Amino acid sequence: MGSIGQSHASTGLITAREAGLVACRRCGQVHALGTQNCTRCHGALQSRDAQSLQKVWAWLIAGIVLFIPANIYPMLLTNTLIERSDSTIIGGVVELIHYKSYGIALIVFVASIMIPIGKFIAIAYLAISVQQQSILNMHQRHKLYDFVEFIGRWSMIDVFVVAILSALVQLNTIASINPGIAALSFALSVIFTMFSAQSFDPRLIWDADRKNR
Amino acid sequence: MALPPLQDLIACPHCDTLHAAATLPDGATASCQRCHAVLQTARAGAMVNVVSLAVAAFVLMIAAISFPFMDLNAQGNHNATSVFSAITAFNTGMAVPLAVAVAMFIIILPLTRLVAIIYAIGPLARGVTPRPLARQAFGLAETLRPWAMAEIFMVGVTVALIKVAGLASVTLGPAFWAFAGLVIVTIVKDQIMNRYAIWEALDKATQARA
Repeated sequence: MGSIGQSHASTGLITAREAGLVACRRCGQVHALGTQNCTRCHGALQSRDAQSLQKVWAWLIAGIVLFIPANIYPMLLTNTLIERSDSTIIGGVVELIHYKSYGIALIVFVASIMIPIGKFIAIAYLAISVQQQSILNMHQRHKLYDFVEFIGRWSMIDVFVVAILSALVQLNTIASINPGIAALSFALSVIFTMFSAQSFDPRLIWDADRKNR
Repeated sequence: MALPPLQDLIACPHCDTLHAAATLPDGATASCQRCHAVLQTARAGAMVNVVSLAVAAFVLMIAAISFPFMDLNAQGNHNATSVFSAITAFNTGMAVPLAVAVAMFIIILPLTRLVAIIYAIGPLARGVTPRPLARQAFGLAETLRPWAMAEIFMVGVTVALIKVAGLASVTLGPAFWAFAGLVIVTIVKDQIMNRYAIWEALDKATQARA
């Protein structure tokens, strides 16, 4: 596979936009600028998504807002013969440590706390770095984008845990587990941040870099 | 500067860099020169493999939904749960939207995706004309990719098992193993499935018959 043109001396590579073309992000097919829909996969074409950053910020803020009740309110409502207890996300992790399930506690902690918070910071950073100078170079930022897109869905683990526990543990009076309000707000927070990451147009990372030269 | 015909160009979906598409030798992978994203792979028989894995995943999915998943036993009380009954069990208040979300992520979207893949790529694997809505179907499968969360559900199951271990004894049912198999098949299928190669093949197959 060879590169086309030598217009950009430093890299020897040109973008579809510089060649007066628009590329389909879904299938890679190239069209004349101004074409509305991809002839190959029928997807909508946009040389650059002008509203990309707006969408990114809107979904991201929605995700962050919902993450707050997700951590304050209980995720699991447990009723047993002896006691009735509510546990939050962090409470669930502490409980697992108490049972000496360190590995599982780590998985839940990483999936429900570290990944969401890391994702908020990473997406905000990528969105800001498109408009400003960045300490990470374009390759590092592109890797960060790929990682954020890949890892986001794994935050859903805790929601599934709650769903399975509440379906499984329904033993009349002996023990029952029900989902708390945090389960729903956490699920929505993850969904909204996934939308945020998907709205980001990675081509902006590379464009910003060209303007700075 | 003269550009080759548009069909022979491929633009990197990550950084928009233009490349001339090449016919790759079997087993080769072509990456973007600027951002190193994978653009093309050539695997002999990849289509047949993808379709057969998708069919296998579909069968496992049906088994995983219908058979009992786990059986919980505490002091004589027991509760056998299939994935399907787990979802229908949430019928009060707050739990309903959660049940809908779980049903979407682990059953409806993965099944839709599998059906769409089989519908779109099946004819390619057999070397016949693609079905009329093959492109739309494959586009749908691509859109749904991040939202089909069967493998994440499996990790959730493991965590739930550990949590419940202190409370009661749990026996794993056949659906658990079907689901475990499904996760492995899905991961292998998504590994060998190259979206650009499939779009190109859909294009060529349609033109050849036109």
